[in-house]
Amino acid sequence: MKKTTPAADFARGLWRENPVLIQMLGLCPTLAVTNTVANSIAMSLATLFVLVASSFLVSSVKRLVPNQVRISTYVLIIATFVTIADLSLEALVPTIHKALGAFVPLIVVNCIILGRQEAFASRNPVGRSVLDALGMGIGFTLTLLLMGGIREVLGNGSLLGFRLFGPRYEPWIIMILPPGGFLTLGFILLTYAWWRGRAAAAARTRELAARTRAPAAAAARAKAVS
Amino acid sequence: MSELFWILLSAMVINNFTLTLFLGLCPFMGVSSRVATGLRMGAANIFVLVLTSISAWVLNTYVLADAPYLRLISFIVVIASLVQIVEMTIKKVSPTLFRELGIYLPLITTNCAILGLAIFQTSRGYGFLQGFAFALGAGLGLTLALVLMASIREQTELADVPAIARGTALVLIIAGSLSLAFMGFAGLLSAG
Repeated sequence: MKKTTPAADFARGLWRENPVLIQMLGLCPTLAVTNTVANSIAMSLATLFVLVASSFLVSSVKRLVPNQVRISTYVLIIATFVTIADLSLEALVPTIHKALGAFVPLIVVNCIILGRQEAFASRNPVGRSVLDALGMGIGFTLTLLLMGGIREVLGNGSLLGFRLFGPRYEPWIIMILPPGGFLTLGFILLTYAWWRGRAAAAARTRELAARTRAPAAAAARAKAVS
Repeated sequence: MSELFWILLSAMVINNFTLTLFLGLCPFMGVSSRVATGLRMGAANIFVLVLTSISAWVLNTYVLADAPYLRLISFIVVIASLVQIVEMTIKKVSPTLFRELGIYLPLITTNCAILGLAIFQTSRGYGFLQGFAFALGAGLGLTLALVLMASIREQTELADVPAIARGTALVLIIAGSLSLAFMGFAGLLSAG
């Protein structure tokens, strides 16, 4: 593995290796609970907590865990923290807990969390594992907020419960229903692919221009010398 | 009897696990490029879902009544080990069946649909037979969604899709349209 700086560990999850948009992990909560911004916030904070706490614990005990049972150990650690998150949400914000329903316990099977334990926390020091988990968790949060924002604004005409448009606005109900989740993520990915395609094309053009300019400049220099 | 039928039908089309509850998306995205593979994956899923339903019922009835806070942990441990045992048994007893289904079994264990089924079954308070119908319906629904998706994807392979839409974006938009179609079943239960 290449040596990285702590800042790079943190920043990686935000954009370059964003767990949802680039790695395509954790699609289940991304699509299921993002029909309002409030739900997205609760879900992503719970996931962030579980991710950071599990990364911390897994990284601390990595020398004690035999290699053969490591995955089962990680899953048990994750399930413990999810139970804590589930019971805390139920006690603190009962309405949101009810709206999220089965999707809070389902954080256990969110591939992002197990993926980070296996790929990073199990072979890196505690501090860097926590930074990596924070970065991935915040990247996940940003994606969920983006999804929740788009879906709530279009599907309900509101943001965090505040009405944005006048009474004449006809909400696109479909956006807060299940198909809206698939379509929103689909269009976000389309936009991203389009943007990246443009960036790549621009880079190619620059490179071509540089290559055609270089011989011309050399020829001009040769002429000047003679 | 009719109650069991409605549970099955509702899990299969009205609240289809993949298309309206977003459970089991990994295989839906990952192994939906061929119809034959989709069918096998679906069959393996039905099998594991039924096993899960039975073990969740046993745990809920006999073990967890006194310690509900251990539910999540015990579901995961029991289901994962059960699938592992079944996988080893199939490998020993019928290598042909193992080649057809076995490779999917470990993949399925970490699938949201399995744990989701156990949690839904618990929160709705289903009994043994109801749970069985629910698991069967959910599994058939997953298979239906997988096969539909795979047949559409086989067609799009030859189609002239713009370069930026190839891959996951296209799959998600197709899934959105399928999900939209399944919304049509929503009126079925109240009408019936």
